[in-house]
Amino acid sequence: MNGAALQPLTFWLLLLFGITAPLLFPAYTNQIAVLWLMIVFASTWDILGGQMGYNSLGNIFFFGAGMYVSAVIQIGLFYDVGLYTSGARTIHIAFSHEQYFIGFVLGIAAAGIVSAALAVAVGWIVFGLRGPYFAIGTLGVAVAGAELMASWEWVGAASGISMPVFPGGPEAQKLFFYLLLFGLAFALLLFLRWLYSTNFGLAINAIRDDEEKAEAMGLHTRRYKRTAWVISAFFLGIAGAIFGNMTGFIEPRDIAFPTTTFNIFMVLMVLLGGKGTLWGPVVGAVVFHLIKEFTWTYFLGWQFVTLGLLIVIIVVYFQQGIVGWILEKYPERFGVKVAPKESRSIDGQLAAQPEGAE
Amino acid sequence: MEQVIGNISVLMTAPIFNFGLLIDGLLIGSIFALAAYGLALVWGVMNVKNLAQGDFIMIGGYLTWCLGRLGIHPLFGVPVAIVVLWGIGWVLYRTVISKVITRDLFTSLLATFGIAIVIQQGLNLTFGPDTQSAQAQLPTWEFAGGLITVTATRVIGFIFAAILAVAVILFMKNSRMGQAIRATAQDARAARVLGIDTEKVYSFTFCLNAAICGAAGALVAVVWNVQPFMGTTYSIRLFVIVTAAGFGNLPGVIAAGFGMGVFEQFGGFVLGAQFQQALIVLLLLFVLAVRQLQQLKVRQAVQ
Repeated sequence: MNGAALQPLTFWLLLLFGITAPLLFPAYTNQIAVLWLMIVFASTWDILGGQMGYNSLGNIFFFGAGMYVSAVIQIGLFYDVGLYTSGARTIHIAFSHEQYFIGFVLGIAAAGIVSAALAVAVGWIVFGLRGPYFAIGTLGVAVAGAELMASWEWVGAASGISMPVFPGGPEAQKLFFYLLLFGLAFALLLFLRWLYSTNFGLAINAIRDDEEKAEAMGLHTRRYKRTAWVISAFFLGIAGAIFGNMTGFIEPRDIAFPTTTFNIFMVLMVLLGGKGTLWGPVVGAVVFHLIKEFTWTYFLGWQFVTLGLLIVIIVVYFQQGIVGWILEKYPERFGVKVAPKESRSIDGQLAAQPEGAE
Repeated sequence: MEQVIGNISVLMTAPIFNFGLLIDGLLIGSIFALAAYGLALVWGVMNVKNLAQGDFIMIGGYLTWCLGRLGIHPLFGVPVAIVVLWGIGWVLYRTVISKVITRDLFTSLLATFGIAIVIQQGLNLTFGPDTQSAQAQLPTWEFAGGLITVTATRVIGFIFAAILAVAVILFMKNSRMGQAIRATAQDARAARVLGIDTEKVYSFTFCLNAAICGAAGALVAVVWNVQPFMGTTYSIRLFVIVTAAGFGNLPGVIAAGFGMGVFEQFGGFVLGAQFQQALIVLLLLFVLAVRQLQQLKVRQAVQ
């Protein structure tokens, strides 16, 4: 079986799993919902990190931005946000059915759009930077976002905002957010599969391989870079809006802009799965999330030490990732017949887009 | 906002305060300059951006704090921290850094980031998340009728930092190893061709950097305070200093270190201490943006 036949089948299997999972494992609906979120994280990080070679440490900025935008829209449509946040301790405001869903839909749409707009704005600052400067600069953007939100009284500063309560039972709520996150992840994967098979995919790969040459060949590298970031920011913003509503309470440092947890997880998941492939981030996210959910509680406070060690080990010893390793080991399974050495990234490419662009 | 304007007007009406902040900034900046020199060294010689730099400083600080609790004068923490951090640096070089030198830059960045998380959380689990400070029991001098206070620890910290910096600079200029390090920084391949064991040079450089950080950390614990998660702030600070100055530019690094100290003192006074981290991060973005504009003139990317 080669890559071309594998792809639609994988999508069908994914769809089947996504729909049946909450029925098969009703106790784990929330965990599986977070798994879809992790897949969104990993896949959006890979647009820049894997396909374009721009390793960002600040993608979480758009997640947090989306979360806050949706919160402000959902509350601001019906109440005064400043009063809502300052009175959070004393008054309880109930949202009606209609108010909730109108606010929710508008909030999610606005979250995606504003995040994308922010990506354009931030792109002006960071896209003249390369390599480690880009990583540090984007990390700076994310930390600055967290600090800004933590000191802004209007949106609740460091004590956060409690989101409107979902009108409906806890089971319905779980299922609702599960389906939203699953739908987002599935749509993202379909979209990326299409995106990587277009000229756009080839262009960002060219930027990864040699940006100067790509520019010399007439590619408007800045435009491509910005577009790639806007796509990634759009999906992350929506993910942030959904997740904010799912947790019901948002707070700047640990939920909206968690620079040391989700932000690092996304890099780690992509490296674990294999960067620059469509399925690598998905595999990485699944493996990472399973390991994390099963072992996290047994570490008794040593979780983050383990996380740090895991980063070092993966980065130093296993950088090609699971999918990268399989592609290297069995290239013929994916219909690739290229001389082995130094062709790993090309293999990955061909496997991800067997029909090829052009 | 009113508070900020109030603080600014205090500075305007009583210029003597400016002088006090300036002195404090310069005294603290000397420690930043010392640690930034270590970062610049590793950056220039090995092309590794060490994000665990600030956490090395914290290890040095906690060592000193422990000594202080055992009843030993914390200034003895400086040599102890140098020795211990040298060892830690060597172990890290053998296990991690030596394997990422030849890889792309993001690899080393991420690897050192992993090390930073391990150190942070390790310190957090061992010593708890509280802010600690080593008490040196030294006097505080007052000038201008009590308007300017200078603590003896800060002056001693400054003197120590200056001695260490001069020692390292003399070592780099005159010793055989120092020459080898500079040669490797200029052109590693040519250095290898001429018979310099670059592997040894890298290892030595990384250990030296760790030791410098340890000394800086010991001074930080005496002069200021230490806390497990402060390491990141230090890393960003040092990164700002080296980025602003350029890693080959030693006088620039020292000047930027002092500048950072002064900037933070004034920023902290005007805006309040809770904005310290935000200020540093904004400064980072500002420095990166300026570097970019400079490079734009010659049509190059900051890399």
